[in-house]
Amino acid sequence: MKNTWAIFQREMRSYFVSPVAYVVLTIFFFLAGLFFYEILARIVEQTTLSSLQSGRFGGPQPVNVPALVARSFFGVLSTILLFMIPMMTMGLLAEEKKRGTIELLLTSPLTNAQLVLGKFFASLGLGLIMILVTGLMTGVMFAFGDPDLSPILSGYLGLVLYLGSLLSLGLFISSLTENQIVAAVITFGVILLLWIVDIAAGSAGTSVKEVLSYLSVIQHLEDFTKGVVDLPGVVFYLSFTAVGLFLTHRSIESLRWRG
Amino acid sequence: MIEVDNLSKSYSGTRAIDGISFRVEKGEILGFLGPNGAGKTTTMRILSGFMPATSGTARVAGFDVFTHPLEVKRRIGYLPEHPPLYHEMRVRDFLTFVARIKGVDSQQREARVQEAMELCSVTEVAGTLIGHLSKGYQQRVGLAQAILHHPEVLILDEPTIGLDPKQIIEVRNLIKGFAGTHTVILSTHILPEVGMTCQRVVIINKGKLVAVDTPGNLTSRLAKGNKVFLEAEGAPSGFRERLERIPGVAQLQVSESNGRIQCYVDCLPAADVRKELASAVVGGGWGLLEMRIVSLSLEEIFLQLTTEEQIS
Repeated sequence: MKNTWAIFQREMRSYFVSPVAYVVLTIFFFLAGLFFYEILARIVEQTTLSSLQSGRFGGPQPVNVPALVARSFFGVLSTILLFMIPMMTMGLLAEEKKRGTIELLLTSPLTNAQLVLGKFFASLGLGLIMILVTGLMTGVMFAFGDPDLSPILSGYLGLVLYLGSLLSLGLFISSLTENQIVAAVITFGVILLLWIVDIAAGSAGTSVKEVLSYLSVIQHLEDFTKGVVDLPGVVFYLSFTAVGLFLTHRSIESLRWRG
Repeated sequence: MIEVDNLSKSYSGTRAIDGISFRVEKGEILGFLGPNGAGKTTTMRILSGFMPATSGTARVAGFDVFTHPLEVKRRIGYLPEHPPLYHEMRVRDFLTFVARIKGVDSQQREARVQEAMELCSVTEVAGTLIGHLSKGYQQRVGLAQAILHHPEVLILDEPTIGLDPKQIIEVRNLIKGFAGTHTVILSTHILPEVGMTCQRVVIINKGKLVAVDTPGNLTSRLAKGNKVFLEAEGAPSGFRERLERIPGVAQLQVSESNGRIQCYVDCLPAADVRKELASAVVGGGWGLLEMRIVSLSLEEIFLQLTTEEQIS
């Protein structure tokens, strides 16, 4: 525990003394803010238009504006995160290998599990900071409207689980190479592949579709943003993360054997 | 303190080290000598628990490095060939981090870091980013990192590389200061370093153990009889003939420059002919300017051992 904490703290500090954290945070907030504004403006415009029309033709159709905004916003956040995650994980282990500091870590009285967890939680920590600040944007809805709290909370929960699973994937890929750029590109490629699975699911037959959509990292998040904390989704993300961390652990172990 | 038995390591078919065995007693400083690629770093990496051996065993303080890696890692300080430093950290922060992962108590941490910085004379750069330090300072921060948790065993892979002559002397003195309290293995390919700092030498070449002995014993064991150097003033004619007659002289090598005669005399084993040489030179009318025993340097021993190996 103490060792994990030491690794976590060092990694966090290294994020913030290098440009990585600032670049990731700045781009993320800029894009998130921009998209939030767009979504809000578009949905408000649509609902005003449709309420005008329904006023003219009768039969009012009440629309839950905040819920709609939140859903679209979480969808956009998850997409922006796809691009940020490779940058957040690329250096975690690749840089240690390149610099030779992995030799310090592996000859210190640490277990590999402590090392992997420390690294993972540091990247998750940076991710949480990013997600927390988007609270400014969702907060706007609370200031000017009266949205349901539960879909927003479950959306955030889903986002954290989603982030954790992809970060563990990035961490694993970072353990395979000494080159940060290679790690980032492969991570991005694999994440895109997972994303495409979601699109492929749309055009596949029913039984294939079921399998593919269960495998899709995006599909499960959608359920969360609708206000449903669904157990298969939680299990999916947590087991994805566990597999990623386990593979990282094995990969570090194998470093010793390959020499 | 350190027991290495029949240790071998193969990388994809090629043997980096092949059946090495040696022992290091508590408080001893052992020099690990060999040309580049001889397997020094591999052996040290196995001892430090960084990588496992293909076969054989290595024990540190009674713990097998393979079956009890954490116990071993708690007891060793390791300085790899390239000091493992985070360039974006400041020296004090880095050493504090190392103290934490080496399991130093939080109450003692600050004192240990301070002590290690003073021993390695890096106190004046405590607040500097490691990336901005010169190679010499980085090497010393690496050394500080290895000693700060008071390990029983120190494994230093080429500790004086990249240092200037003054710093080399400081680091050697520091290492010599560990004798008695710490067990030290240090590798180097600078031969005089071994003679100056180590009590025993292990010479390896191409992954095989070539010799284990004290630097002094190695020198005398391999010197097949004494070699004496003479310098005399006078005409060279008759010089060789006169000296050849002395019993105990095996071979002569005479040369002349600026009216002075230089001569290397190889003596038969266990024969000290210096007295006879001196009286022969003076008796023959030459002026004796210099006479000294030429002892075999570690370089020569090293070459002798490693080339013998190649021939066989």
